[in-house]
Amino acid sequence: MSEPILKITGLNKSFGAIQVLHNVDFAVYPGEVTALVGDNGAGKSTLVKCIAGINSIDSGELLWEGRPVRIQSPNAASALGIQFVYQDLALSDNLDITANMFLGRELTWGPFTLEGRMERMAREKLTELSVRTVSSVRQVVNSLSGGQRQTVAIAKAVLFDTSKVVFLDEPTAALGVAQTRQVLDLVRRLADNGLGVVLISHNMNDVMEVADRIDALYLGRLAAEVRKTDTTHAQVVELITSGRSGDIGLSAATAAQSA
Amino acid sequence: MVSTEKPGPAVASTPVVEERGSFRADITPRGIPRAVREYIARVRGGDPGALPSVLGLLVLGIIFAATTTDFLSKTNIANLLAQASFISLIALGLVFVLLLGEIDLSAGTTGGMCAAFAARSLVSNDLHKAVGNVVFFALLVFMLVTIVLGVLSRSYVGPGIIAIGIILMLTGAQQDNQWLAFLFAISIGVAVGTLSGVLVARLGIPSFIVTLALFLAWEGVQLYALNNQSISTTNYNYWFGLTHNNMATWAGWLLFALLAGGYLAVTLVRSLLRGRDGLSHDTLLLVLIRAGVVVVLGGLITWFLNQNRGSGLIAIAGVPWAASLPIIIMVIWTLALSKTTWGRHLYAIGGNAEAARRAGIKVDRTKINAFQICSGMAALGGLFLADFSGGATTGLGQGDILLFSVAAAVIGGTSLFGGRGRPRDGIIGALVIAMIPNALHLHNQQEQANEVITGLVLLIAASVDAISRRRARTAR
Repeated sequence: MSEPILKITGLNKSFGAIQVLHNVDFAVYPGEVTALVGDNGAGKSTLVKCIAGINSIDSGELLWEGRPVRIQSPNAASALGIQFVYQDLALSDNLDITANMFLGRELTWGPFTLEGRMERMAREKLTELSVRTVSSVRQVVNSLSGGQRQTVAIAKAVLFDTSKVVFLDEPTAALGVAQTRQVLDLVRRLADNGLGVVLISHNMNDVMEVADRIDALYLGRLAAEVRKTDTTHAQVVELITSGRSGDIGLSAATAAQSA
Repeated sequence: MVSTEKPGPAVASTPVVEERGSFRADITPRGIPRAVREYIARVRGGDPGALPSVLGLLVLGIIFAATTTDFLSKTNIANLLAQASFISLIALGLVFVLLLGEIDLSAGTTGGMCAAFAARSLVSNDLHKAVGNVVFFALLVFMLVTIVLGVLSRSYVGPGIIAIGIILMLTGAQQDNQWLAFLFAISIGVAVGTLSGVLVARLGIPSFIVTLALFLAWEGVQLYALNNQSISTTNYNYWFGLTHNNMATWAGWLLFALLAGGYLAVTLVRSLLRGRDGLSHDTLLLVLIRAGVVVVLGGLITWFLNQNRGSGLIAIAGVPWAASLPIIIMVIWTLALSKTTWGRHLYAIGGNAEAARRAGIKVDRTKINAFQICSGMAALGGLFLADFSGGATTGLGQGDILLFSVAAAVIGGTSLFGGRGRPRDGIIGALVIAMIPNALHLHNQQEQANEVITGLVLLIAASVDAISRRRARTAR
């Protein structure tokens, strides 16, 4: 098994008097899909925001490729190679796929954009990700389906090879069956291409299908990290809803105390 | 769209699979059939571009040509261009704020005020003495403050232009030289735009409110600048020339050659370079046909305007400056919007400001830039308007001017909802707007008919905008 590219140990975070994360350990491995699951209010978003540099952390250690790092701004996160695709996707509807993928980091010659080079790079990236649903990288995002938009948002996140870890927040939430299929295939391919992928999801079917490991948060604590092959659908649901399942998960005392 | 999607295999065996046919549109040359197909798809998909406005221009033109004897006469066309010039210049600037989904209601009175300061400078030969200490130093402090505000928002070109205005004020150089007086007016405009931009972008006040308030304020400042008396500008040859003089015929042909040749060169080089790089590119035939249309249309217009339209012994011929200057400025702004990162970011903000912010685009600065351009263009439009109205009058730029300019941009195809529009919209729309009173005048109709018809045309344009937006949304 490989070393984690991103490893978090003992992370604590409070908002005022309320402690939202308790000693959370979390790790992302290259080439693997780590699912981050948990009920509403379990602390998934807060954990992601701490890694994204949007929230500061109270205590805990972040190791990036084995080195301790501090992420104090979104720019610091992306400089390390951590990318985030949020649910609202943040695409400009009136621009085409290429323009969206390169937004804010255009290839330029003086003040001018280098359209040809960007277009080719966008096409190469989508080809590399085996995206076959768009006919042209010059299509305006406005005209794309939900699945295609999600695809573009993900391709945008991993456009440059400096991206090593990508967080996907509910990427299939608003999608139909066929489109969910495409996006899950893409998630799998990202990991197969060597990226560390974190899938934040409520959908157990998606999680069980595509994840390699599952990290369940329960009321601000990491209930368990399990390998998908060692677990079942029912067990994961139990971890999410009560923080323990059989002999894994939080101790009965801790689970009761948090609740 | 959805029906064309196929579920892929659960796990791709190899990461790089180039399916046949994928991205074919990106690597094959684009001939005439495909260009036509893509254009129809775009119009149906909710992006009609200039189509409605050009159709409107043609329909109105045909109606007016059929119902009046003089509409297509050489003199009247030249008149029409002068009438459209100031609306098109103000509309050109408004396109930038409309692209962001904002509005500038103060553009008209900004133009009037800037022209007033320029006129007062020239006439008095001593602006300080003419307007008095309070107004003079208030203007000076205002411009200094806007420099600071601009620089704090990391905008540097705008403050640079304002600084030139301050130097002119302090040296008095704009009082003897018309060109410097024009520059002075524009620098005041840029200062005005910096203020509205900062209030909108940094404080977050809706642009509607900010510019409504400033609309009133500039109206008052204009009267201070004029000391409540209109100033004639007809004695200043260059100023008078803005809407009255024509380019020499050879200069008209030279401009035509530069614009048409430039268009051909740019599109040709682009096609060749993209072809070399294995990208989708327009075929040589398509490039030549497009350039051919530009050459024929531009050539016809230039030839028409170069005909003698004088009635007496003195020949009047040549492309009016009122037509060529807006077109040159339009070309420059078009290049800035379509070829630069800055332009790309402006569109991105209009499409989704939050996405732009997250992409690291400096949203505030870009917004301020748009307001600076809008007000700077309003000042230029005000200079043309002053000449057309005979001088810097006390009511210059008030009344319908602003509404006509907004209408021109919208009729041309710029969306009121932001994110869609091009500089040419301002020009085409201004022609439609100017055409209506022009033809009604030939019909001996009164002002009220003009306003009713212009209002209806604007309603139609806004409906086209709203409908195409809906189409674009439901096309998904």
